[in-house]
Amino acid sequence: MAEEEIKTGGGDAGEPIPFMQQVLDNPFLLLFLGITVPTVTYIIWGVMEVASIPVAQ
Amino acid sequence: MAIFPPPQRVWWRERVEKTEVLWVTLALTWALVMFFMMPYWHFAGDQNLSNEAYRVNPEAYAAKAEAFAAEHKVREDATSGMPVVHPPAGSDVYMIARLWEWWPILELEKGQTYRLHLSSMDWQHGFSLLPENINIQVHPNYDMVVTVTPTYAGEFSIVCNEFCGIGHHTMVGKIFVK
Amino acid sequence: MAINRQFRTCPDTGFKIHLPADKLIKWNAVTAVVFLLIGGIFGLAVALTRWPEVHLLDADLFYLALTAHGLDVLLVWIIFFEVAILYFASSVLLQCRLATPWLGWVAYILMLVGALITNVAVLRGDSSVMFTSYVPMKAAPDFYLGIILFAVGALLACFIFLGTLVIAKNEKTYEGSIPLVTFGALTAAIIAIFTIAAGAIILIPTLLWSVGYVGSIDTVMYKVVWWAMGHSSQQINVAAHISVWYALAAILFGAKPLSEKVSRTAFLLYILFLQIASAHHLLVEPGLSSEYKIFNTSYALYLAVLGSMIHGLTVPGAVEHAQRKKGLNKGMFEWLRKAPWGNPAFSGFALSVVMFGFLGGISGVMMGAEQLNIIIHNTLYVPGHFHGTVVVGTTLAFMALAYWLVPVLWQRELFLPGLAKWQPYLFGIGMGLASLFMMGAGTLGVPRRHWDISFADATLSHEFPAAAYLMMGMNGVAALIGGIGGAIFVLNMVGTLLLGKKKQPAPAKAEEETVAQGPIAVSGSAGAVSVPGTFTLALIFLVTFILYYFVNWNYLAGVWGLS
Repeated sequence: MAEEEIKTGGGDAGEPIPFMQQVLDNPFLLLFLGITVPTVTYIIWGVMEVASIPVAQ
Repeated sequence: MAIFPPPQRVWWRERVEKTEVLWVTLALTWALVMFFMMPYWHFAGDQNLSNEAYRVNPEAYAAKAEAFAAEHKVREDATSGMPVVHPPAGSDVYMIARLWEWWPILELEKGQTYRLHLSSMDWQHGFSLLPENINIQVHPNYDMVVTVTPTYAGEFSIVCNEFCGIGHHTMVGKIFVK
Repeated sequence: MAINRQFRTCPDTGFKIHLPADKLIKWNAVTAVVFLLIGGIFGLAVALTRWPEVHLLDADLFYLALTAHGLDVLLVWIIFFEVAILYFASSVLLQCRLATPWLGWVAYILMLVGALITNVAVLRGDSSVMFTSYVPMKAAPDFYLGIILFAVGALLACFIFLGTLVIAKNEKTYEGSIPLVTFGALTAAIIAIFTIAAGAIILIPTLLWSVGYVGSIDTVMYKVVWWAMGHSSQQINVAAHISVWYALAAILFGAKPLSEKVSRTAFLLYILFLQIASAHHLLVEPGLSSEYKIFNTSYALYLAVLGSMIHGLTVPGAVEHAQRKKGLNKGMFEWLRKAPWGNPAFSGFALSVVMFGFLGGISGVMMGAEQLNIIIHNTLYVPGHFHGTVVVGTTLAFMALAYWLVPVLWQRELFLPGLAKWQPYLFGIGMGLASLFMMGAGTLGVPRRHWDISFADATLSHEFPAAAYLMMGMNGVAALIGGIGGAIFVLNMVGTLLLGKKKQPAPAKAEEETVAQGPIAVSGSAGAVSVPGTFTLALIFLVTFILYYFVNWNYLAGVWGLS
């Protein structure tokens, strides 16, 4: 489908790529986010909660 | 098509059609309703698990539970020979989960509130109170405290619903509510 | 290592296919189907044991079969097929050579050897610890070792996928952004990398503990980290099968996404928030605060659920849009009525979308509400839910893709096209009903992973209502129907490979032509898009969701006071 690929450059070629599109086009930034968010809010927060359970008298 | 790169170089500024906007709005609203339902139930609802739990050593927990059972024992259960324990309203009630029994049998009063302690002597167990269908995970080395208020009288079973080895399906306990 | 640049051109689609990628996709997909067969047989044995009148296996064999069933289908079948999808979505869709095919073979061998080691450990009988292997219940060391090897292999496959994205960008095999399907596969790969990292954090110490080098493992800590793997591994499926939905909509109808922006943002919500719903499994555990539970279990304000609801509209919406453009414009639903219901690639896809939403999706949100979990945790409702996600959602979507992919890759005709027409209905409806009956039994308190709910060997007993027994019987029947559907799929796939007629290089069939003739040249001016049929269906879904949600809160309000 080579002839279709030519059409992919539609739109104004000089128009800057919007910020969010740049984010979504960057797999390694997404990888970083997709690992950091759950590691912090789920694993680290969870482990801290378990570690702070008090000892029974 | 989704299997080809987007035809436009800049697709982020594409106008989103109104059906999609409407659906996203509805879905987001519903998401927020569901989110706030949980904190709301902490204020308005009667069924919330406490976060009260302690690290405990199994022998120390067993000693507490045995002292508790000896103090409030009223009789022995005919089928199992297990002590039936009738604690005073409002008191701390201890239950042991172990391979493969819930010990002891409890006798509680309708409408009264008890601080129920749950801990395992060995593997993890699942406290499933039937036919109410209240389910709580029971861990070794942790004493979880749940304040319970039985709402009606009758015979209740505790079925283990966390797999705990070959005798798992024989692990049944009882709570009588008067 | 010399860079292999051999390609063939697919006569059906016109795609340039990198030969080493072609081979890896085939081997991963075939291995996946073999493990689906093995895991499926164990699953059927489990369902027949839980059918009280049949009660097929002894207790020890039942717990063994249940462990093997969970591992082989939940992990091995799904991940092998996902690796095939990752290679397809990167190498084939980007028309690019696959990065380091030799590493792909290392990954394949690690996964295969790992899966075999764990299966042997389970079949030996000393590692019936269930898929979850909660400590301090101990399996043999090779049980954990096998899973770790399998995970390392899967991790390598994710890196090959990312490497291929980099090569495609550098060698400019495409322009602009990657296709939406590849973006969905990227989402799956990112979740997979998180999943496997969490698995390593917890399974390596558990292996050392099982050997005796580590004294003890904290049970709550284990669950927190284990579920970062256990639950997220199923979120890989969600991202992967939604990409498959988009792919099938494009392949079968030439459908283009209603809006790239909205669909990709929905995937971004998955990347950010889907994994934290691992907290669904921690809602009745000791010592975790309600703040932690509520934030994580709700995927941060249900933003990942929002993502799923968006895909739920945009996938069928894309199909409706494409069908209307072809003139199927009468009324609300002509586009749907005149869809190719006899093509298993379509019927499997359609059933997967509907049942994933109604069965798996809604029930998952119920279980994930902090307080509602109290009346659901560890009952049979839980397997009911995930048979609604992983079986009628993911597995059915993968089957649908296989009906298109296998004849295309191998250039063979389908072995039994007549039976294939019925297969998605048998499997989908059978397993959909099994999911429903399990949820029904769970609502009555029937425990999961339980050999005998009549408690025949117990000192103290509990009597379940007759309805619970009825549900378990119906579940057995439904699983049997689904099992027949599954067997037809495996037979058809294996038959196609071994005995299928070679395709003639004749003109492609009608629905495949749409690939070549798709409205690719039309830019995404969204103004023309109108999908009233899909929107109506989505509203029906939302109303069902809302009603069922409050039914459950009402049910919760009736049980003992807890505080």
